[in-house]
Amino acid sequence: MELRARVPSGPIERKWAKHCFDMKLVNPANKRRYTVIVVGTGLAGGAAAASLSELGYRVKAFCFQDSPRRAHSIAAQGGINAAKNYQNDGDSIYRLFYDTIKGGDFRSREANVYRLAELSVRIIDQCVAQGVPFAREYGGLLANRSFGGAQVSRTFYARGQTGQQLLLGCYQALEKEVAKGNVTMYPRTEMLDVIVVNGKARGIVTRNMVTGEIETHLADAVILGTGGYGNVYFLSTNAKGSNATAIWRAYRRGAAFANPCFTQIHPTCIPVAGDYQSKLTLMSESLRNDGRVWVPKKSGDGRAPNAIPESERDYYLERKYPSYGNLSPRDIASRAAKEVCDEGRGVGPGGRGVYLDFFDAIKRLGADRIAERYGNLFEMYERITDENPYQLPMRIYPAVHYTMGGLWVDYNLMSTIPGLHVIGEANFSDHGANRLGASALMQGLADGYFVIPLTIGDYIASSRPEPLTADNVEVKATIESVRERTKRLTSIRGTRSATSFHRELGKIVWEYCGMARSAEGLKKALQLIPALRKEFWDDLLVPGTGQELNQELERAGRVADFLELAELMCLDALQRDESCGAHFRIEHQTPDGEALRHDDKFTYVSAWEFAGDGKSPILHKEPLLFENVALVTRSYR
Amino acid sequence: MNLELHVWRQPAPNADGSFFTYHAKDVSPDMSFLEMLDVVNEGLVASGGEPIAFDHDCREGICGSCGMMINGVAHGPMKATATCQLHMRRFKDGEVVWIEPWRARAFPVVKDLVVNRGALDRIVAAGGFVSVNTGSAPEANSVPVPKQDADDAMDAAACIGCGACVAACPNGSVSLFTAAKISHLGLLPHGQPERDRRALRMVAQMDVEGFGHCTLFGECQEACPKEISIDTIARMNRDYLQASVMHRGEKAVAGTG
Repeated sequence: MELRARVPSGPIERKWAKHCFDMKLVNPANKRRYTVIVVGTGLAGGAAAASLSELGYRVKAFCFQDSPRRAHSIAAQGGINAAKNYQNDGDSIYRLFYDTIKGGDFRSREANVYRLAELSVRIIDQCVAQGVPFAREYGGLLANRSFGGAQVSRTFYARGQTGQQLLLGCYQALEKEVAKGNVTMYPRTEMLDVIVVNGKARGIVTRNMVTGEIETHLADAVILGTGGYGNVYFLSTNAKGSNATAIWRAYRRGAAFANPCFTQIHPTCIPVAGDYQSKLTLMSESLRNDGRVWVPKKSGDGRAPNAIPESERDYYLERKYPSYGNLSPRDIASRAAKEVCDEGRGVGPGGRGVYLDFFDAIKRLGADRIAERYGNLFEMYERITDENPYQLPMRIYPAVHYTMGGLWVDYNLMSTIPGLHVIGEANFSDHGANRLGASALMQGLADGYFVIPLTIGDYIASSRPEPLTADNVEVKATIESVRERTKRLTSIRGTRSATSFHRELGKIVWEYCGMARSAEGLKKALQLIPALRKEFWDDLLVPGTGQELNQELERAGRVADFLELAELMCLDALQRDESCGAHFRIEHQTPDGEALRHDDKFTYVSAWEFAGDGKSPILHKEPLLFENVALVTRSYR
Repeated sequence: MNLELHVWRQPAPNADGSFFTYHAKDVSPDMSFLEMLDVVNEGLVASGGEPIAFDHDCREGICGSCGMMINGVAHGPMKATATCQLHMRRFKDGEVVWIEPWRARAFPVVKDLVVNRGALDRIVAAGGFVSVNTGSAPEANSVPVPKQDADDAMDAAACIGCGACVAACPNGSVSLFTAAKISHLGLLPHGQPERDRRALRMVAQMDVEGFGHCTLFGECQEACPKEISIDTIARMNRDYLQASVMHRGEKAVAGTG
């Protein structure tokens, strides 16, 4: 396997423009002769499917939800970054680029990040024209808020429902194309494998989740916009259905998996309440604009928050990071919360929580202004915890939220399987070892609206896919292997549900490959996970059959893949013997407990190649060259 | 606490369904309603039974996947709350709870509590968009939008497409859903060029799908987890009337492709 990043030459500001000119085009009349498969209908997939159809390609779009509008992008709350500099506070494309590179702790590819920053401004234009109701000022122009890891105000938002509104914009554009007959939409359809013929991705195998039918769909190119793998941890802020099956199956067919250990733990989530808990709920980072994070100075202080006087509170983010304060980046804020809880100063049941306090903001602005900004988040918090955040500080704790790692892609967003493109959270490309807030929506839409519609054309024009029919040997072999696997899952008839294995896996990965990792712990996890996987295949119980709507079967297939992916994550975390961004190896920290990188040894992307079941995956390295920014130690103090 | 559940079970779209009784034991008041069903399902699987199928995904009240009739009320007893955000502290120990799928002609049952809401997508496809191809948009701040209009548009755009409005309506009307989209886009300057076309086409599609007519009962806004106002229906009716009067035939299909 060879990793060719295909980054265009020339100065960074000119790379994308030059590349746009250099890429081959498909004549408008010829586009309708080509079919493109898009799996996933979130911001990346939905935008790609709509935009490709507008260009004239025939598109087949797939989602496992009952409607493309329900993809998990919908749950993003806080906002989307763009270098518009509407606030006259010194923002620029270069600053957004720099903040993103630095926020990612210098583990992302410069050219991709610059392109992202460059395209950010057009995203806002596009969304506004679609009717996305962004927040506005009295003069009728767009409003901005601040987010972590930036000292400028560049985040556009629609109350606490920015992801929902952006996704509805995408979804409406997609439905417009469905109505034209250019896009065929397949809801409640799960991708279970990618079809590779003569080394090129030529289609997918799916399961119709209502009838259970296993089907093949052939195409000239395949795009995966299937999101991240945070649900490896069982408890995360991801939707229950979010899964890694599409990217994991692609990995097993030859797509390299990059930086699997880079997982983001979001600092502000509602703490775990009980064993029955099925998921964790995020409280938007935007709350840190006005909320102050604190714990009692004394360990074991059992007093109610309002009874603790100001002098006995430790506003630890403001104390440790005076220039960024409560808006420190996510990895740093999460670790700081863990640290104070480890010291016994955590609050709430089990001592795993810190306060996020709005008392000062309410005093300064009034409860009405706070309600206007965060009303829906406050309501959500109250529904879940039965506590009123206007009166009592919120209790929050870090939770798994996003995965920076994903399938390796080149500058064209193509994986190591020619014709298989990967966009949005499913790829590894833009966020390095830590993603800044409000940048996931930006990346999903940049990939979907503006990058992939062009790079797919270049791929098709230069590779000229040959005709293919379903009776091809490789196509038939792929569908057969999917049938076999589905049958195997339903025929074990053991005693344990998929969920029980998933919960156990989540505890292992959270413990050993979560906020703090050590060689010793990772080695332990690398023993526990294969043992659990063996037990899964011996003792799994899936009721019912494969020929019907069977939610237990769906879950089992996803958990089976998580059980393999978790091992790769731990292997990658063990191999990366440094700390960077969200990957914190306790052996590598500064005297103040900050992440300590080893640039001399680890300034590369780890891209893992599948070598077969029971064999160690092969590590390939893409060196990261920094031609524009200097590698420095991140400081938010 | 302990609850007695009567749950609608139906193995397939055309099969007969009936209520089955289950006992949910040791339910924590901090559980969500769906977590309570998760526990019941784990028990069913462990004892060799088939778990109750229900749609759910984000469990944060935003994706619109979940939804069931709980004691005859869409999304259950708590106002402005989707089923996933309903917590068991709203129930009493020993309470009897009847759980059914959305009941509407246009939402056929797929299995147990899962229904097919594809009709909602087709209503949006009929006209619930602004036709603006990727790349053709002008600079975002070139069109100012009065804050009040943007806020009102956002109120309507908050719809999560769960279908509770349909399930709650005695006529099985989808007017609140459709009106929310017509209002959202109709309130913004960007939605004006297609305003008439949108109203005519979306309203026509509601009939095609077999939804009932709106007689302004108002049950929809009571059931709506996002508190979409029935005022949007007045706006839809006005747009529809105006569009019907002002309607001009199209001279040619837009675009060159």
